[in-house]
Amino acid sequence: MITLQHYLWVSAALFCIGLAGVVARRNALVVYMCLEMMLSAANLTLVAFSRFGVRDGLPDVNAQALVFFTITVAAAEVAVGLAIILALFRAKQRIETDSVNALQG
Amino acid sequence: MPVLLFYLFAALVVGFALAVVLARNPVTSALCLAVSFVGLAALFLSLDAYFIGTLQVLVYAGAVMVLFLFIIMLMDVKAEESSARSRGAQAAGFALAVLLLIEVVSISSALKRSGDTLGQHPISAPLAAKLRQQSGRPLLKGLEADLAKGELPDAKLMGEALFGRHVFHLQLVGLLLVVATVGVVALSRKDGGSLSS
Repeated sequence: MITLQHYLWVSAALFCIGLAGVVARRNALVVYMCLEMMLSAANLTLVAFSRFGVRDGLPDVNAQALVFFTITVAAAEVAVGLAIILALFRAKQRIETDSVNALQG
Repeated sequence: MPVLLFYLFAALVVGFALAVVLARNPVTSALCLAVSFVGLAALFLSLDAYFIGTLQVLVYAGAVMVLFLFIIMLMDVKAEESSARSRGAQAAGFALAVLLLIEVVSISSALKRSGDTLGQHPISAPLAAKLRQQSGRPLLKGLEADLAKGELPDAKLMGEALFGRHVFHLQLVGLLLVVATVGVVALSRKDGGSLSS
């Protein structure tokens, strides 16, 4: 049978893959995709706890409302982040994360 | 059957997420991420979160991924070649991910409810309808009718929560979207976003 733990494992795997991608990849766009993946992993945890925390015969809607806000903020974040990456590309013609080192000591 | 479907979609999510990180070409990464998000939406549906599942497909797999692909095509990004520095970063990323995975899995197995199945937490619409009538809160006609019929009115419950208890946060998020839109327009102007012109 599928338990709460199964969902938490999938979520943990997704988050860890995203974290590995953020650390290991140099392409700023792929780093951004991995960030989105980590946010989605957190969403899966929230929805799983909402379903396994049934109160008065209904899933916990407040957790799902939090997921709604997370998705909205993530969408806004993607729009702004991609605009910044585009501005970086205009200035340097590169989007590797190590091409931005003006503040390096 | 639901068990098989869970494993199918879990494998889809994790497998394509791995492909996002391992693929050299950013276009491949973006398309793999879209498939991974569709699998995640299916997992949301298996948790009776129909509204969130729909939103996941519409916003992530639809809007966000199209935006990513659009930017990738616009910049004509080349595949990444590996160097000595990136091999160190890859080892560090792998080690960090494995450490975090061990930590999260051990914590989640120690949770009190971690062994519960979906059957141990049944959704009961008639019970919910009865309790809502006893609570004395203002009732929504359509929502109560659905609950009395024994259905789970997921989108209506979300609407009640968002426009009831969380209405201030909803307005705040609307403001955030406006600010983000203005910010994106300012950032992507030809003169680099200076306000003097």
